[in-house]
Amino acid sequence: MSRQMTGARMVVQALKDQGVDVVFGYPGGAVLPIYDEIFQQNDIRHILVRHEQGAVHMAEGYARSTGKPGVALVTSGPGATNAVTGLTDALMDSIPIVVLTGQVPTFMIGTDGFQEADTVGITRPCTKHNWLVKDTETLAQTLHQAFHVATKGRPGPVLIDIPKDVQFATGTYQGPREAKQSRYQPKVKGDIDAITKLVEMMEKAERPVFYTGGGVINSGPAASQLLRELADATGIPVTSTLMGLGAYPASGKNWIGMLGMHGLYEANLAMHDCDLMINLGARFDDRITGRIADFSPRSKKAHVDIDPSSINKVIHVDVPIVGDVGHVLEDLLKVWKARGRKVNKEGLAKWWGQIDQWKAKNCLSYKPSQKTIKPQYALERLEALTRGRDRYITTEVGQHQMWAAQFLHFDAPNRWMTSGGLGTMGYGLPASIGVQIAHPDALVINVAGEASWLMNMQEMGTAMQFRAPVKQFILNNERLGMVRQWQQLLHGERYSSSWSESLPDFVKLAEAFGARGAKVESPKDMDDAIMAMIEYDGPYILDVMVEKHENCFPMIPSGKPHNEMLLGDASTEGAIQSGGAVLV
Amino acid sequence: MSALNIKKGSSSHSAYDLRDPNAQVTESHTLAVLVDNEAGVLARVIGLFSGRGYNIDSLTVAEVDHTGHRSRITVVTRGTPSVIEQIKAQLGRLVPVHEVHDLTVEGPSVERELALFKVAGTGEKRIEALRLAEIFRANVVDSTLQSFVFEMTGTPAKIDAFAELMRPLGLADVARTGVAALARGV
Repeated sequence: MSRQMTGARMVVQALKDQGVDVVFGYPGGAVLPIYDEIFQQNDIRHILVRHEQGAVHMAEGYARSTGKPGVALVTSGPGATNAVTGLTDALMDSIPIVVLTGQVPTFMIGTDGFQEADTVGITRPCTKHNWLVKDTETLAQTLHQAFHVATKGRPGPVLIDIPKDVQFATGTYQGPREAKQSRYQPKVKGDIDAITKLVEMMEKAERPVFYTGGGVINSGPAASQLLRELADATGIPVTSTLMGLGAYPASGKNWIGMLGMHGLYEANLAMHDCDLMINLGARFDDRITGRIADFSPRSKKAHVDIDPSSINKVIHVDVPIVGDVGHVLEDLLKVWKARGRKVNKEGLAKWWGQIDQWKAKNCLSYKPSQKTIKPQYALERLEALTRGRDRYITTEVGQHQMWAAQFLHFDAPNRWMTSGGLGTMGYGLPASIGVQIAHPDALVINVAGEASWLMNMQEMGTAMQFRAPVKQFILNNERLGMVRQWQQLLHGERYSSSWSESLPDFVKLAEAFGARGAKVESPKDMDDAIMAMIEYDGPYILDVMVEKHENCFPMIPSGKPHNEMLLGDASTEGAIQSGGAVLV
Repeated sequence: MSALNIKKGSSSHSAYDLRDPNAQVTESHTLAVLVDNEAGVLARVIGLFSGRGYNIDSLTVAEVDHTGHRSRITVVTRGTPSVIEQIKAQLGRLVPVHEVHDLTVEGPSVERELALFKVAGTGEKRIEALRLAEIFRANVVDSTLQSFVFEMTGTPAKIDAFAELMRPLGLADVARTGVAALARGV
């Protein structure tokens, strides 16, 4: 069904053929022909954002909550440069998104034309791949290729730069099936010998642990299901990175909590003391490993990753398995069952005994207060009052993000959207809108800090215009909390520029956008405030005034190994030496 | 749209002038670019070409002054005269670039490229390949009973010609260095 059409129409046709139902974007001179085509059809919904960074984060939120690629459409020059932060965020967290940018006409490229930028050059380091399309005849092929590259293998952001004359010119459209098959076909099946070797190790291990990451979620819901099956059948404890929360349910019996810099005591000590570490789709990030030399010194390590360059990048592993987590888990289960479902029962029983001792430390305990709202308390109440609902959580970046990861529980994948690798303040509000657009009837809450939230607050306009009833749960300590915590621990309590002066009145701000807002200052009003937020039919800002100098614990200071974790304020004296101060 | 009476698919309502102002003949130029050999300098030069939509037909780079850490980049590019002028000006603007010479217009110059050809074959074809190599003054730098590797230096045109002749005789692989060039005289 090859057809002649303009490049602009091809863009819309290709999006339809790829199953896209929503595009987040902002028009401008160099994408007018595409916007003209969008105007003349009803299959694809366009969400007009207020800033291009918001469009990309919305596409990310959409992608992470649906498992489908998110799509953003922006103009040339500033439109493209504003998208850079979102692209980098998606690259770091392996989120499949397709960003379409307009460009000045081909023959003007290089002349410093109005709103010209070297978009492909600027975005080369922050995309999985990008293209400048110079001929309408190759546009359809490139569009289909872009979706293929974004979603196959380790997912990531891709960008197509489309000059305006290419949008106007006519060419031959090819559907996805007619388009030439891509040379890019990453390996998804793991090596069966390596898988068998891992099963042998699992059968004998006394202190095994599953260390799971975002790769399990990216692999699709089946992978999460297989992880549950394998963990529950073997009785091996499961911990997860920030990115992988929900892959194994927090209510599951083998769950030992999140690991990492602000992870749980029992999870980090299990990582440190295990004799077999099974990494499923995680990447040994520095927030996870702490000091490399002391990382889990007595364990054999297996690493399942679809990206061969992730393996042996930071930590040397004994059993590398390149493949998709879902496929590998399926084979792992098959081989384990075929060999007689063996586990080291005695070893595991002792191991769980040890883990239960660590759990008894109750590392998330905090000093409750009758007078001020502790951020942990606010999140405990949010968890209690929203549990069992069709709930999606996004966050901004900082203390509140870590507390949310600690105190909110996820029993399903694709329910937790947070900026992990890049740590992008301003991610949560637009991401929550992207999630809500994909799930109109769900309860979508952005757990935010007041400073992060202000970074992309213009998107409240988008939420209002498109009736996305997102709940903004702002833990307001009038501080850049995580910066302040580090200054307290590392820089002699010199709080350099880490307080939020001249904050807006968030209730009036909500009202100014036409939304509803409320402020809560006392622990006794917390539940009513949360219920009012949930029950309101529309965008809502809840300004929760919390304890100002609360620190986020537990914490593994930079440059320290897992077993030198700080559990509370009392243990922080002199704990971080100058050597750790150079790390972030 | 109807108010302005613009035909669908037409570009006359674009914010940009969509007529090509440089619709002239393109020429090939050999540029010598002397740069500080610092980290990322090649990426800057290449990024300039891709970012501004210029062509690279051939590129050669190596450090030529080890004490001063200077590298010489020889790049063969194509474009209309105004584009070539713009390329030279843009290259000259880069901070680590010391000099830009357009060897194609700055008087006579010599251009040479080195190439290696692997030719596989036996019998009559093998003998013919060796005979032609002699005519082209190519050296045999590796030999097995089934193959030769020829080394040849010359202008790109000569190398193209030799490759063309070797193709029916079992040409298996070609490696070319790209053009290195110097101005004649002093």
